[in-house]
Amino acid sequence: MSDLRDLYQQTILDHTKRPRNFHEVAGANYCAHGHNPLCGDKLTLYLKIENNVIRDAGFQGTGCAISTASASMMTEAIKGKTTGEIEPLFEGFHSMVTAPVNVEPGEAKLEFLGKLAVFSGVREFPMRVKCATLAWHTLMAALKDGHGAVSTE
Amino acid sequence: MNRPVIENSASAAAAPRRSPPSANSVFDMSLLRRDFPILQTQVRGKPLVYLDNAATSQKPNAVIAAITRYYSHQNANIHRGVYKLSAEATTAYENAREKIARFIDAPAAEEIVFVRGCTEGINLVAHSWGLGNLRAGDEILLSGMEHHSNIVPWQLAAERTGAKIIPVPFKQNGELDMGRLAELLSSRTRIVAITHISNALGTINPIQQITAMAHEHGALVLVDAAQSVPHMAISAKRIGCDFMAFSGHKMFGPTGIGAVWARKSLWDAMPPYQSGGDMIRTVTFEKSTWNQVPHKFEAGTPDICGAIALGAAVDYLTAVGMENIESAEQDLLAYAQQKLLSIDGLSIVGTAAQKAAVVSFTMKGIHPHDIGTIVDEEGVAIRTGHHCCQPVMDFYGIPATARASLAFYNTREDIDRLAAALEKVKEVFA
Ligand SMILES: Cc1ncc(COP(=O)(O)O)c(C=O)c1O
Repeated sequence: MSDLRDLYQQTILDHTKRPRNFHEVAGANYCAHGHNPLCGDKLTLYLKIENNVIRDAGFQGTGCAISTASASMMTEAIKGKTTGEIEPLFEGFHSMVTAPVNVEPGEAKLEFLGKLAVFSGVREFPMRVKCATLAWHTLMAALKDGHGAVSTE
Repeated sequence: MNRPVIENSASAAAAPRRSPPSANSVFDMSLLRRDFPILQTQVRGKPLVYLDNAATSQKPNAVIAAITRYYSHQNANIHRGVYKLSAEATTAYENAREKIARFIDAPAAEEIVFVRGCTEGINLVAHSWGLGNLRAGDEILLSGMEHHSNIVPWQLAAERTGAKIIPVPFKQNGELDMGRLAELLSSRTRIVAITHISNALGTINPIQQITAMAHEHGALVLVDAAQSVPHMAISAKRIGCDFMAFSGHKMFGPTGIGAVWARKSLWDAMPPYQSGGDMIRTVTFEKSTWNQVPHKFEAGTPDICGAIALGAAVDYLTAVGMENIESAEQDLLAYAQQKLLSIDGLSIVGTAAQKAAVVSFTMKGIHPHDIGTIVDEEGVAIRTGHHCCQPVMDFYGIPATARASLAFYNTREDIDRLAAALEKVKEVFA
């Protein structure tokens, strides 16, 4: 049976209540808007990228606990990473939250995802996958077009 | 068709139709729960508490039995066979039309056109009447609390005809601003399309008065009765409106069937919406002529079984008595609002004086989506989101609400379970 504690982990709740990097980024040169029409979640992601390195990341918007925490932790995770490192991280995160419930994510994967592994409980709540991935889809759109809008519905 | 089938012990409870319970009656509507098999099931190991009736309602045994009976004993295509089975299916289908006409107190059964649901009904009117009658400069008045299904079809019709959509605002408490309505009505107004009951706020609009006001300006009135037909006695005659649309699945009938009512003179003047078999009188490659209403608007093989099962739902509701349903739900509403308001940080969105048993709410610092997930874990089904009413959410400046919408089979215990689950929500976010 799914367990609420797997979804609403302490770390997640902490980021919901005190989102990190919850602001515009001075000198941001990449930006994208994300929208989940189903629940009304909206976020804007700001990135400052120099020489293919994400120097700074921030976001603003409104959303549920899962989408806010996901955006908050994502901005922390990507700072300092090269743009080339983002796609594998996105893939890793996405496959973790969409994996079948009976398949435990492997050690290697959880290690690769680091703190982001707290979102592995999301896969027990299929209705919430879009909440957890909104920020990530927005990130991919920002990197691709620099200025895109994504919708997770 | 058959007598209302209200199976098992609950039929006794349905009997007081002739003597509606007074305020202090011991009549217990919740006994009717037993007629709904799904309400006996468990979700996540807990007895289901179903509080999403505005989205869709559960089905009584009488309706489920009608579906089984139809496919086991009656199935044949209608209006075309000379054989007995087809004649019987046709009779059952047309009987259902009559039942529905009686149920909403429409002047004539032939004025009821079967459609897939309220959405298709409004599309039919916006398309057939709208494209045929709207001209550039005409105005379509919609209330600010409309469901998307009573906005978007009119937008499409407006785009194609040059007519203009004018929203009529509502007030902070969710009541329609009748003063603004009076100001916005003019000789340019061709139609007022408005919901009887708001699915997002519960507001019951003074539909009779609105109709009279619109008629004074020569405008027609379409009533979206999706939320009212299942929960109160409706009389199309008394309301005096011109069109009324509703869905079977919200009134304890099956999905895929609904009806739209209009006066015969309007139907007669309207062009077909869809075309094909059943709706024609003669066809040559040069020209076809139309069958009479309602068949003119029912092209192709309809949801025969759905219509018959909707007839069974209407029988069931009639046996229970709409007055009984309304008073039971008002009682539950009062209890639910009082109970929920005792939860710290909870606010109710939509506090109209005339309100149906729909309670939209928000909780301080907690997103409705999280509320929905956590109460689901307790076996409580509520809706969270914008309820297909984004303009309503924009008005209040909120992304979404959580919504408990009640039916007569709900109980005070259901509401207690919701309240307890909401305390869990607060614990998680404490
Ligand atoms: C007020 C109102 N109008 C129209 C509809 C559309 O009904 P359906 O989806 O059954 O066509 C709904 C359903 O949510 C509703 O609540």
